Amino acid sequence: MARMKFLCDAERCIECNGCVTACKNTNDVPWGVNRRRVVTINDGQPGEKSISVACMHCSDAPCMAVCPVDCFYRTDEGVVLHDKDLCIGCGYCFYACPFGAPQFPQAGAFGLRGKMDKCTFCAGGPEKDNSAEEYRKYGANRLSQGKLPACAEMCSTKALLGGDGDVVADIYRQRVLKRGKGSEVWGWGTAYGAPGQQKPAAPQPKS
Amino acid sequence: MRVTVVALAAVVALGLAGCGERPQEMVQKTGKYQGKPDTAPWDSPEFGGKQAEWERAIQARTQNQNEYTRIQ
Repeated sequence: MARMKFLCDAERCIECNGCVTACKNTNDVPWGVNRRRVVTINDGQPGEKSISVACMHCSDAPCMAVCPVDCFYRTDEGVVLHDKDLCIGCGYCFYACPFGAPQFPQAGAFGLRGKMDKCTFCAGGPEKDNSAEEYRKYGANRLSQGKLPACAEMCSTKALLGGDGDVVADIYRQRVLKRGKGSEVWGWGTAYGAPGQQKPAAPQPKS
Repeated sequence: MRVTVVALAAVVALGLAGCGERPQEMVQKTGKYQGKPDTAPWDSPEFGGKQAEWERAIQARTQNQNEYTRIQ
């Protein structure tokens, strides 16, 4: 069983924001919401590093643990999704997430938060696959078409890799061996556990 | 007479309106997903429930990100 993961290679990311654009375009993400964004550390200085950040679909997702209405679920492929019909927009998941992935559209006056929106690994949500309702609430469902997330497939330097964790790790390993540096995978320890502690996420029973 | 009939009809309509009310109590099972069930990605028209075929497609697509295999 494939276990879906993202991997961002900080040695390759050139801060082009192609992933951000691909995501916004593919999923028709509303203004003010960025499911993916590029963060640059030491911007403008020699040796600056950029990383593309979105929901990492953690093995032991903190957002799932803190949600007061239990609207999160993990698919058999390890993608963390949520039911927007249940979400109350409380924002707990935002505070719990180490990647700042959950986003909240402004739903009214006085900064009222709408229902949480986040990266779905282009896997849609709990609606009929590729239906208009699913697209409106969650965006595209590329996974059900046998495709990977648009951000990773669009990445011009292939800094952002997405897909089956084992294959992605293999690609990265080969890359690091060829170039002889940059073996640190940003965010993997936080999302999937430190090496040696990683365990496959238990699939959630569907209710 | 007409006023009485109209008043009676209004009372009946208002009285029966309560019958259409659905229970709204929430049954919360803490720690368990409470939302709608989702289908597997291979249960789509493209793959027709064939999980192995879907996994092969995803594996091939993931390998496409490896330029070392693409340029050799």
